[in-house]
Amino acid sequence: MLKRVHFGPSWLPFALVAPQIIITLVFFMWPAAQAMFQSFLVEDAFGLKTEFVWFDNFIELFDDEIYLKTFSRTAYFSFLVAFSSLSIALILAGMADRIIKGATFYRTMLIWPYAVAPVLAGALWVFMFNPSLGIITYALDMMGYDWNHKLNGGQAMSLVVMAATWKQISYNFLFFLAAMQSIPKSLIEAAAIDGAGPARRFWTIIFPLITPTTFFLLVVNIVYAFFDTFGIIHAVTEGGPANATTILVYKVYNDGFIGLDLGGSAAQSVVLMAIVIIITVIQFRYIEKKVDY
Amino acid sequence: MIEKRPISTFFTHLVIIIGIIIIAFPVWITFVASTHDAIRMTQSPIPIWPGDQFWVNLKDTLWSGISESDTRPISRMLMNSFIMAMVIALGKIIISLLSAFAIVYFRFPFRMGFFWMIFLTLMLPVEVRILPTFEVVANLGLLNSYAGLTLPLIASATATFMFRQVFLTVPDELLEAARIDGAGPMRFFFDILLPISRTNIAALFVILFIYGWNQYLWPLLITNDQAMVTVVMGIKEMLESAEQAPVWNRIMMTTLLAMIPPVIVVVSMQKMFVKGLTETEK
Repeated sequence: MLKRVHFGPSWLPFALVAPQIIITLVFFMWPAAQAMFQSFLVEDAFGLKTEFVWFDNFIELFDDEIYLKTFSRTAYFSFLVAFSSLSIALILAGMADRIIKGATFYRTMLIWPYAVAPVLAGALWVFMFNPSLGIITYALDMMGYDWNHKLNGGQAMSLVVMAATWKQISYNFLFFLAAMQSIPKSLIEAAAIDGAGPARRFWTIIFPLITPTTFFLLVVNIVYAFFDTFGIIHAVTEGGPANATTILVYKVYNDGFIGLDLGGSAAQSVVLMAIVIIITVIQFRYIEKKVDY
Repeated sequence: MIEKRPISTFFTHLVIIIGIIIIAFPVWITFVASTHDAIRMTQSPIPIWPGDQFWVNLKDTLWSGISESDTRPISRMLMNSFIMAMVIALGKIIISLLSAFAIVYFRFPFRMGFFWMIFLTLMLPVEVRILPTFEVVANLGLLNSYAGLTLPLIASATATFMFRQVFLTVPDELLEAARIDGAGPMRFFFDILLPISRTNIAALFVILFIYGWNQYLWPLLITNDQAMVTVVMGIKEMLESAEQAPVWNRIMMTTLLAMIPPVIVVVSMQKMFVKGLTETEK
C-alpha cells in the first residue's frame, strides 16, 4: 500500500486528496446518507409535515405488487440481455480468434458500438422499428407480421433487449477475444494433432479455459442491464406500454421525479444500493480468486 | 488457424462478416435517413440507399436546428457535450492522480480512511442516488451550469485505483535518486511520476471521454436551460417531437453527429482504448 520510501509528514497529502474527498463527501456520501434517511420518512401530500416511520416505506415497497413485478421484470430483462450479448460475442470472438489475416480490421468493425451512448442506441433501433415508418416494421409487415411496440408489451420488451444487446456485444467481444488469445497456442495445436476438430477444441479447451472471463462478463453485463440501460428505455418506450418495460432504475426515476414520491423513491434507491453492494462484493471476491490461481 | 481447410476458413470469415453487417445495419439506416429530404423520409418504405441531401442536412442541422419549431443549433449541443466530456475526463484524471500520489507516497493520518471513502464511491452510481444528489446540486445553485454537469461525476475510484497500481510499480530508487538531487514531492510528481504514467493517462482518457460524452440521466435532471442541452440528451426530445413533426432526416443526422466523436476516439485510439478498458476493470 504505502511505499517503503516515502515523504515525511506535512500538510501536503491532505491538500492532494482534498479535491477527491470533498467531491466524494458532497456528491456521494451526503446524498447517499440522505437517501437512507429519507427512506425512513413519509411526507404528506403538501410537503408540510414529515414523519419518521422506520421501515414502513420498505414494507410498503415489498407489499406492492407493482414493485415486485418490476423486480422480476428487471431480472428477466437482465437475463435476456446478458445471455444474448454474451452468446453472440462468444461466437464472434471464437471466429475472430481463428483468423490471422484481417484480424485487426474485423476487430475495429466490431468494437465501435461500445462508444455509442445507450440513448443513441435506443434511437437507432426505435427508428428501424418505428410502427409507421420503420424499415424492419415494413419488412415484417410484408411477411404478414404486425409490429407495434407502442401497443404490444412483448414487442416493446424485445425491442429494448435488442438495442441493449447490440450495444453490449462489442465489450464482451473484446474481453472474450483477449482471453482466447492468451491461451497458449501449443495447447490448441496439441489437441489438433490428436485429431480434435475446431468445434471440439472450442468446447473442450477454449471454453473451459475462459470461464473466469465469462463469469466476470456475466457480472458486468448484469450491472449494465440493471443500471446503464436507462437511456435505452427512456428513449424507446418510456417504460411502457402499461409498464411492460419499466425496470428498477426507471421506476426510481419515474416515482421520484415524475411521481414526486420522495420516501418511496428513496427506499427504492436504498434497495438498488444494496444490489450494487452485493454485486461489487461478488466481483471483488472473484477477482481475489483470479489472483490466487 | 491451425489446419488449412478452405471451407472452414471461408465459413469463419462469413460468420464475422455477417456479424459486422448486422451490427452496422442500424447505423447504415441512420446514415441513409440523413441523406434524404424530410418529405421522402415520411413515405413508407423509407429508402435503403443514400440520397444527395447529406451536406444540406448537415449544414441546416448544425446551424439552424432540426425544424421550424425547434431551431436550437446542434453545433451548440455538440459544444456542450464536448466541454462536459473534456472536463469530466481531465478532472477525473487530475484528482485521481493527486489522491493516488498522496496515498502511495505519504504517511498521514486517516490515509486508509480516505482510501476506503474513495473506494465506496464505486458502490454509489448516479442512478441509485439521483434525487438527493439533485437536491445537493440545486442547493449549491449549480443547476444549468457546467460545474453542475461535471463536478458530481468527477470522483473516480477506478482511476484512483489504476494510478495507485501504476505508482506501486515505480521503483523506490527513483524517489531516492530524486531526493538526493534535492527534488521536493511536487517536483518528483511532475518530473518523474507523470511521464511514467503517460500511457496509462492516455488509455484512461479514452475511456473517460466516452463516459463523459455519453452521460444521459444526469444532464437530463439538472439542465432545463436550452443553452445547456447536450447532444446526447437532446435526441430524446427530438424523438418525442417526431410524432408531430417527422423531420427524420435531421433527427437521424443529429443521432449520427452525436455518436461520431466518441466512435472516432475509439477507432483512432484503438490500442489505448483496449488498454484502458482492460486495465480499469481489474
